[in-house]
Amino acid sequence: MIANQTINLDSVQEIVDRYGGNKSKLIAILQDIQAVYHYLPAEALKKVSQLLKIPLIDIISVATFYRAFSLKPRGKHVATVCLGTACHVRGGPKILEEFERQLQIKKGETSEDGEWSLESVACLGCCAIGPVVVVDGNYYAHTTIRKVPTILEKYRK
Amino acid sequence: MITMKMNGMEVKAEEGWTVLDTAKFYGLEIPTLCHHEGLTPYGACRLCLVEIGEGPKAKLVSSCTYPAEEGLVIHTDTKRVVEARRMMIELMLSVAPYSKTIQDLASKFGVTKMRFKIRNEECILCGLCVRMCAEQMDGKAIGFQNRGYQRKISTPFDIRSEECRLCGGCLYICPACQLRCQGPLEESPVCNACLTMDPTCLDYYDELQCWMYDAGRCGTCVREKK
Repeated sequence: MIANQTINLDSVQEIVDRYGGNKSKLIAILQDIQAVYHYLPAEALKKVSQLLKIPLIDIISVATFYRAFSLKPRGKHVATVCLGTACHVRGGPKILEEFERQLQIKKGETSEDGEWSLESVACLGCCAIGPVVVVDGNYYAHTTIRKVPTILEKYRK
Repeated sequence: MITMKMNGMEVKAEEGWTVLDTAKFYGLEIPTLCHHEGLTPYGACRLCLVEIGEGPKAKLVSSCTYPAEEGLVIHTDTKRVVEARRMMIELMLSVAPYSKTIQDLASKFGVTKMRFKIRNEECILCGLCVRMCAEQMDGKAIGFQNRGYQRKISTPFDIRSEECRLCGGCLYICPACQLRCQGPLEESPVCNACLTMDPTCLDYYDELQCWMYDAGRCGTCVREKK
């Protein structure tokens, strides 16, 4: 919570202004806020609620409905392992386990140094190239347990 | 005026009425749970289901949200409708077996078995409290969060909301929060105490008269029936 208080809310104002304070652009606004902070800080949501004149609870409803939004701080890098049917039968759960071992965090958690978050997704829609892993928006096709360290290495300095 | 056919009877509805309003006007009983006169229709509990259309094309719709239409053919108590309602009651029982409202509904519609695993969440997500807060109290302090099986009603960030004035409107209207009466079959998921009494007191049960608040153990309601 201490981290929340030091958040600079100027960019929230800027993002809302960019969409002309339009209520119907709420999801786009939340996406942009998430892009800046890597999650949706409570203070930012309160600010959005004031600026757009939408009750806070309605914003929370939207933010908790979509898996893409996170109310908890997320790491700098987000690894998403697909566990859809096609990826599941080709070993998606094993790959997720390998990520859990390598990063020493469980699914849905963020590492203590704030570098990594690990998530799973139900389907990414590109089943032909499964099992799929997405790290920071980059797709890795035909992933195997052996490829996991190589993928992680690209994001470690 | 809109002319419709309800249970074979010709009925007239005014512009803007729902099927439920029309049925009430003509004295046809349709059970409701998530419907409240002062709040917008929501269609969550599916107890007010009716069958519209005829033959194989007949479908079930929630009467509280279905607007009256010219020439609509409605049946309010076909076998299909009753089965669907009983299933809904059973499902709600599995989530909130301690609710008096739901237990009463179960007794009234003869639901004597509950085939589902008891989940004891004590919330059937009918949305009455959310609408009460937003529409009548102008609070907008509580709302739905998450989705699917994680869906719940709460305040933002699960902490005391600044908008909440502790009016208690949500508690007042909640059908799942109040405790069920302590009938003889207290431990079972389906109470049915009202059915085991002879004569059954359900239709005569009056909260104000029943000073023991005890499903007619005081006898007032039973005497009234005689």
